[in-house]
Amino acid sequence: MKNTALTQTHEALGAKMVPFAGYNMPVSYEGINVEHETVRKAVGVFDVSHMGEFLIEGPKALDLIQKVSSNDASKLTLGKAQYSCLPNETGGIVDDLIVYRIKEETYLLVVNASNIDKDWAHISKYNEEIGATMRNISDEFSLLAIQGPKAVEAMQSLTSVDLASIKFYNFVVGDFAGIDNVIISATGYTGSGGFEIYCKNSEVQQVWDKVFEAGAAYDIKPIGLAARDTLRLEMGYCLYGNDIDDSTSPFEAGLGWITKFTKDFVNSEALAKIKAHAPERKLIGFELDERGIPRQGYDIVDGQGKTIGVVTSGTMSPSLGKGIGLGYVPSVFAEAGSKIHIQIRKNAVPATIVKPPFYKG
Amino acid sequence: MNIPAELKYTKDHEWVKIDGDIATVGITDFAQSELGDIVYVEVETVDETLDKEEVFGTVEAVKTVSDLFQPLSGEIVEFNEALEDAPENVNSDPYGSGWMVKIKFSDASEVDGLLSADDYKALIGA
Repeated sequence: MKNTALTQTHEALGAKMVPFAGYNMPVSYEGINVEHETVRKAVGVFDVSHMGEFLIEGPKALDLIQKVSSNDASKLTLGKAQYSCLPNETGGIVDDLIVYRIKEETYLLVVNASNIDKDWAHISKYNEEIGATMRNISDEFSLLAIQGPKAVEAMQSLTSVDLASIKFYNFVVGDFAGIDNVIISATGYTGSGGFEIYCKNSEVQQVWDKVFEAGAAYDIKPIGLAARDTLRLEMGYCLYGNDIDDSTSPFEAGLGWITKFTKDFVNSEALAKIKAHAPERKLIGFELDERGIPRQGYDIVDGQGKTIGVVTSGTMSPSLGKGIGLGYVPSVFAEAGSKIHIQIRKNAVPATIVKPPFYKG
Repeated sequence: MNIPAELKYTKDHEWVKIDGDIATVGITDFAQSELGDIVYVEVETVDETLDKEEVFGTVEAVKTVSDLFQPLSGEIVEFNEALEDAPENVNSDPYGSGWMVKIKFSDASEVDGLLSADDYKALIGA
């Protein structure tokens, strides 16, 4: 199992560590609810250095990215990032990712830790004909997510970059916490604003320490993966492996907005046909009408108790104090406001389909 | 780790307090700290008679759900309904206001099979 450059720091803070995607990761420090609320109301820091990073470089870089990703990377100007996915050849999704245009002919792809090897092999296969320069820098780079409504104010003293001026899904390469050439990206997986900071492993301890010094006056706290999951689920963000995978199409998953037929890409002809017909099933959000907590794998049932779908992510929402989840149901059931039931052990608990985000700030 | 000497324990990380023919049952300090923030305790077996090791309910933390097992055979005579509104009591006071059920146990000899505080300490390596 791999460690991040900050594993000892997490252990010294008393974090509960768990194996996740082959990495020894902090799942919680003080408690999920406190950590969740910290990000919603103040500012918290996640070590998400397990995420994978690929550099795609050279005159063929854009051609390769356009071939393997569903969104239109030709729209990216310097300093902009884009959410995208890697379609597979059979209608499903290899991974979801963020594409950054770092230099004219240099792009950074940030992928899920659990998919690093699969993604690398998939992209490499298409690169045989295209011939871009690819580097897997996952083991050399660290990633801190500094998230929450106080993030800008709390971190401004660490950089000469005007943090408030970085728009959502834009980034600046600049100085941060005494380190040069850090990527300061206005992205995140929480819905509460803030930044993601990419730096070298050898630099991340200094960045972490300075972030906590600067954030002390704002009650900054370290946040584990458990709260990362409840935060993303309250926003209805998909998690690869739960809500999307090799068998789910981008259209079923509500990712049509990152699937652009302005170019050819892997399986684009078949996906265009899928788009032309409404998908048979859809990923929906739901809130329980009564007490209970939906979990991944629970059946979604109709009023007669017949199974119509499955929960792909579920939790007790710390912000709303009720059970929320995502799951696939036939499109005829997928209308917002429709009533479904979640089979929780012996009980079919009534639930209402809602359009995420569940948490509306 | 708080492991009161006067209580009995199970390998499923429950504590049992014997008072006449009534056993009060909850989960241990170790169990609550492993589960993390507890958000729901579901017991729908009040008035039912269950065998030892049958599931009498579930305890749900934000990220996990765990079954609760009968430490002794007998009838569930009471559920701590205060937990419906304050499940966090299981975290803050596992041996007090975080108690879960009272069981009228039917076979006193089963009590001898429960773990002592020292046995339980050894089990969890405390």
